[in-house]
Amino acid sequence: MDWGSIFSSALSGMLGPFAAIYALAAIGLNLHFGYTGLLNFGHVAFVMVGAFGVGSAIVKFGLSMWWGVLVAILASAILALILGIPTLRLRGDYLAIATIAAGEALRLFFNSTYLEPLTNGPFGLGPAASQFQNMSPFNGGKIYELGPFHYQGRALWIMVVTWSLVAIACVLMWLLMRSPWGRVLRSVREDELAARSLGKNVYSFKLQSLVLGGVMGGLAGVMWTMDVSTQYPATFDPKVTFYLWVIMILGGAGRIMGPVLGAVVFWFLFGFLDGFLSGLVPGINTGAARIALVGLALMLLMVFRPAGILGNKEEMRLESR
Amino acid sequence: MRARLGAIVLTLFIAVLTALTTAATASAAAPDRADPSHTAATDLIRAADASSAEAITGTVKGPVGEGGANAPIAGVVITVSQNGAEIGTATTADDGTWTIPVPAPGDYEVTIDVSSLPDTVELRKADGQTIPNISVQPNSTKVAVFPLAAAGEGGGASSGGVTQTEYIVGVLLSGLRFGLIIAMTAIGLSLVFGTTGLINFAHGEFVAVGAIVAFLFGTAPLQWPFIIAILLAIAAVGLLGGLVEISLWRPLRKRGVGLIQMFIISIGLSLLLRHAILLFFGSQRNQYAQSGTEQSLHFGPVSIQPRDLTIIIVSIVVLIGVAVMLQKTRMGKAMRALSDNRDLAEASGIDVQRVIVQVWVLGGGLAALGGVFYGLTAAVYWDMGFNLLLMMFAGIILGGLGSAYGAMLGSIVIGVVSQGSTIWFPSELQNAWALLVLIVVLLVRPQGILGRLQRAG
Repeated sequence: MDWGSIFSSALSGMLGPFAAIYALAAIGLNLHFGYTGLLNFGHVAFVMVGAFGVGSAIVKFGLSMWWGVLVAILASAILALILGIPTLRLRGDYLAIATIAAGEALRLFFNSTYLEPLTNGPFGLGPAASQFQNMSPFNGGKIYELGPFHYQGRALWIMVVTWSLVAIACVLMWLLMRSPWGRVLRSVREDELAARSLGKNVYSFKLQSLVLGGVMGGLAGVMWTMDVSTQYPATFDPKVTFYLWVIMILGGAGRIMGPVLGAVVFWFLFGFLDGFLSGLVPGINTGAARIALVGLALMLLMVFRPAGILGNKEEMRLESR
Repeated sequence: MRARLGAIVLTLFIAVLTALTTAATASAAAPDRADPSHTAATDLIRAADASSAEAITGTVKGPVGEGGANAPIAGVVITVSQNGAEIGTATTADDGTWTIPVPAPGDYEVTIDVSSLPDTVELRKADGQTIPNISVQPNSTKVAVFPLAAAGEGGGASSGGVTQTEYIVGVLLSGLRFGLIIAMTAIGLSLVFGTTGLINFAHGEFVAVGAIVAFLFGTAPLQWPFIIAILLAIAAVGLLGGLVEISLWRPLRKRGVGLIQMFIISIGLSLLLRHAILLFFGSQRNQYAQSGTEQSLHFGPVSIQPRDLTIIIVSIVVLIGVAVMLQKTRMGKAMRALSDNRDLAEASGIDVQRVIVQVWVLGGGLAALGGVFYGLTAAVYWDMGFNLLLMMFAGIILGGLGSAYGAMLGSIVIGVVSQGSTIWFPSELQNAWALLVLIVVLLVRPQGILGRLQRAG
């Protein structure tokens, strides 16, 4: 087993484009679940409408990238309203099933002949990233190396932008959670009835949280499209949502840096397992084995450390609901 | 308690490691889940590996989907032409492949002879018999794929001999069959929710395990009688359900783990089980030996295959049996009492823990039977349970969470809706419509048809 290359690729994956994209989406999910207590199991839907919003705007309507980003933000906000208005009055587990169903239904529609004029269905929508890459200060094809880290210029540009967005999102979350608005959200999470009896419009606060977190998911989708350039609806299956949940819980739900730490650790382990498993058992289906281990990790985390690496056990009392 | 949990976790971990090591031999080259959109359904044209001369090649395969299972089709006539002049023609081999060499790089048209297709399939797009502008590069082979759909599901004219009424009756019958299968699998999910409050996301994996156990025993090399294989599957999954309850959920409940936490744990369990199945069983779609095409029986406008009729009758009998059991027997009454009011049931001397285990065993057994039936009508594959799970959720919520009768009723409605939608809409969307029904129900009547209002909000 070549430990050097395994660690090198795992370390590169730890900070790579996907870690950044998942961190950004997980910050949105953290706002939903970690701060508001919403059981959103269809977060992939927000990422998908963001990814295809920007993709369709650029490829199908010939708009500039900035309009595409605006379309993506609007699309994910509208999705949050459509999803939230009927379901946020219901008990939490209904929201969970409704969101996962909505995510699946949306993916099937995006893949269908009806929406082919917008999404190209199974044929893939692209190329959408040329305008973004033209702004890059790096040489797209060149490989940049620093110690064990090695990235293509293309990926480096995605990383710089996405990690910057992650940083902005973290600062925004930090400011929001110190504000009265954030305190109301957390009180909704801890005890909805108490918040309501203090005269807060719980429904409205939940909806605001869903929209804001959904837009963060949409932005993650935008960066995803910028990374892969050609998007397929089949990419956005429920697995993405489950990864986001593991990332959030691993890092610590309800903590500002939780999703970021979770994404870094998750993608390190993911990259490491890829090399390690195929070295350990030649010919194994590493994709399946890794996801099985993700499932096991989710169980173990929830049983033994539901608060994650950074979490505060006193604050995240899941038992109370 | 902590020690016991630790032991369970350790066992799980060891099991996973063993799985990983053995799976290498079981699925040495199992590819990751093949993207369904890239199998038979696309007219995707891409460059294949370079060979010395130019050629156009392809494989004609049946549609992925109920019964079709993407089987290669032999004897289909394909023609290549350029500017109206025929260049060459070929007939597909037994494995569905065809290759037509072309004289020089350039743009060609590929045409499929629709009349040479078997009656069971048709082109997905009625005007799709010709793929224009296939541009062949020097020294390369181009692949041309014709998207096929099951007869009656494509955009072409429906095959002759079937009247509108017969077609609609047929669709409704397959909807009923699908709904009964969902109902059978959903009862366990609903009863578990009713008695423990847990939304068991791993229930779909019981369905898949059941279908696969029956497949392993019922087909070559073992080829035990199919009835025995089904009974074994029911017993195995019932046992699995009981084991999961005793070794995982009961300790967690005793520990005071919250319902939300348990819900997320069940998602983890579902991912673990599903991908362990993928590792052992591979990603291919398998058919039971019993699921070939049969001579249909005709009753007036109704024509149905004997196998489907058996599935419908057995499902109805089993569902009625479950209903009678819930109404009349001591065990069934205890289950309903527990669903109604746990504390009251416990106070009146019901052994709650035992009843919960019974619910898991019953639910697991029913899921296995449903899985075998689903495998008979579609195919046996690793994530069949997950595909069915969302349909079960839709059925249960439609009928009313926690009520076994609601689960039956709601599931049948969902089955008919999803199959019925194929009359007007493409079959690729049939699950999407069922999920939309779920969301609409949550909007207007969140407690479901038979549910009580207190369960919502």
